[in-house]
Amino acid sequence: MSARVISGHPGIGPAVTAEALVARDNFSARYDLDRIKGIFSRPAHALIGESYVGKVLVLNIAKGGVATAWMLHEMQSRDMAPAALLLNYANPIIAQGAAFAAFPLMDRFETDIVDAIQTGQRVTVDPAQGTVTVAD
Amino acid sequence: MRLNDQEQAILAGEMGAIRQRALEQQIQIGDFFDAEDFVEVRQAHIMADTESLGEAGVAWLEEVATAPEAERRVLIPTITDPRGADFNAYQRINHDEAYVTLEKRADVAFRALGVLMTDTCINYQITMPPVLGEHLAMGDTGVVIYSNSVQGARTNYEGGPSALAAALTGRTPRYGFHLNEMRRGRTLIHVTDRPRELDQWGALGGLVGRMMGSYWEVPVIAGIEAPPTSDELKHFGAALASFGSTALFHMVGTTPEAPDLETVFDGEPPERSAIIGADELSAFTEAYAPADDKLDVVVFAAPQLSLIEMEALALLLKGRAVAGDVACLIATAPEVKHAADRMGLTAMMEDAGAIVLEGVCFYQMHARELGEANGWTRLMTNSAKLTNIIGGYGYEPTLASMAACVESACAGRIVR
Repeated sequence: MSARVISGHPGIGPAVTAEALVARDNFSARYDLDRIKGIFSRPAHALIGESYVGKVLVLNIAKGGVATAWMLHEMQSRDMAPAALLLNYANPIIAQGAAFAAFPLMDRFETDIVDAIQTGQRVTVDPAQGTVTVAD
Repeated sequence: MRLNDQEQAILAGEMGAIRQRALEQQIQIGDFFDAEDFVEVRQAHIMADTESLGEAGVAWLEEVATAPEAERRVLIPTITDPRGADFNAYQRINHDEAYVTLEKRADVAFRALGVLMTDTCINYQITMPPVLGEHLAMGDTGVVIYSNSVQGARTNYEGGPSALAAALTGRTPRYGFHLNEMRRGRTLIHVTDRPRELDQWGALGGLVGRMMGSYWEVPVIAGIEAPPTSDELKHFGAALASFGSTALFHMVGTTPEAPDLETVFDGEPPERSAIIGADELSAFTEAYAPADDKLDVVVFAAPQLSLIEMEALALLLKGRAVAGDVACLIATAPEVKHAADRMGLTAMMEDAGAIVLEGVCFYQMHARELGEANGWTRLMTNSAKLTNIIGGYGYEPTLASMAACVESACAGRIVR
């Protein structure tokens, strides 16, 4: 089995390995998720109905409001959080939420991260090193 | 990040473990965005409704509140965004008592930290308006975009834990919209038809927001000849921030950093441009057109209503009657509610059957559970921001003018 390493800007939170869930759409915990059921609930979202719990979520940019800064911590407390979040561009809210919750987050990759990873692939996210390793 | 003597002292724990932890988190965020140092801030605004906090967040706040007062008290004026329950009115809308109890616990914890419970997202209209060049740590996207754009103050989106960290350390990492070079215009939007009603200003904000490629893109609006009112800019900015995750816009001839196109683009050409006219505004609203005229709840909120909006709404509702099977909710700031009580506006609205809520906003008060408890699905509002948010909570929103919303509430069905 081969592996690809994708570099990005060093991120926040501990290293983690999990299965990827990928879409060319954006991310806001308040706008997009049913956090009780652990699924995407926004009708217009590309991942509507999909469970994100324990997945490395790979999406385009952070959108929406400030609530996500608390919500990552809240979802983690119920074991209903994603494993990590990879974005082409984060915003301050996602970074603040990741710092508060010690949640793995990375952005600003050498390539478009949504094109580089497919749903179902196992990926290892190492925010301190600024690397994502994809098991092809 | 470079730390000065005071910051090094905080990091060493000389001002207590709470401020130390806060600064450690801020350094992580600063490193993430390549901040070189900190900037002192003069006001913080915390978004911390219990729907976002959850039990875990409230328990964390309560733990912070047990520290000695010298270690837990905020260092700068710190105010709050709308809360998750109206303690005086929750029973009128079947709001679950468990959420109200959680909200009360958060309220007690915040007071112990010296936070001023303003419970508002329109602080710039009623509390202490930010001023040009002032560095701040504001939560609520609508507050950030208004402070940055209309008032020329300098803040990033500061989510709850981050705004609280800034309040506890008196500073925030200097990145993003604290920096001159990040504030210049990037994208030019020509507006050919001036929006008229507040919902149309929101629609314009939504259209621009959808175009934005990231938090860092700064749109410049041209073609608005006479300055809009504060409420018009409020709805425009709130929708732009909500649809776009946008923290700063410039409006040529209106906002303080945009006297003309050359200044706002700092001599560089726009990276891209677009034209928005009446057709685009209509299409935006039409996309929320309902399949039929069924109506459950009419909501005036997001942002909370100013006293001027409260008066306009009271005059529309005066002598009317909201249909028995429709709820009509109006959310405003506590200070505005008190003024509206004193001026007889609340009575005009409530005599018609509307419910005036204070210190809350609809989507921040467990909207999904409220919908289930009351059988609300079809929602009508004049807030483009709310239409963007509330779909994820199980509602089908329709966007219309304030007058059309009132007509519909009274007719018991959607009238457009």
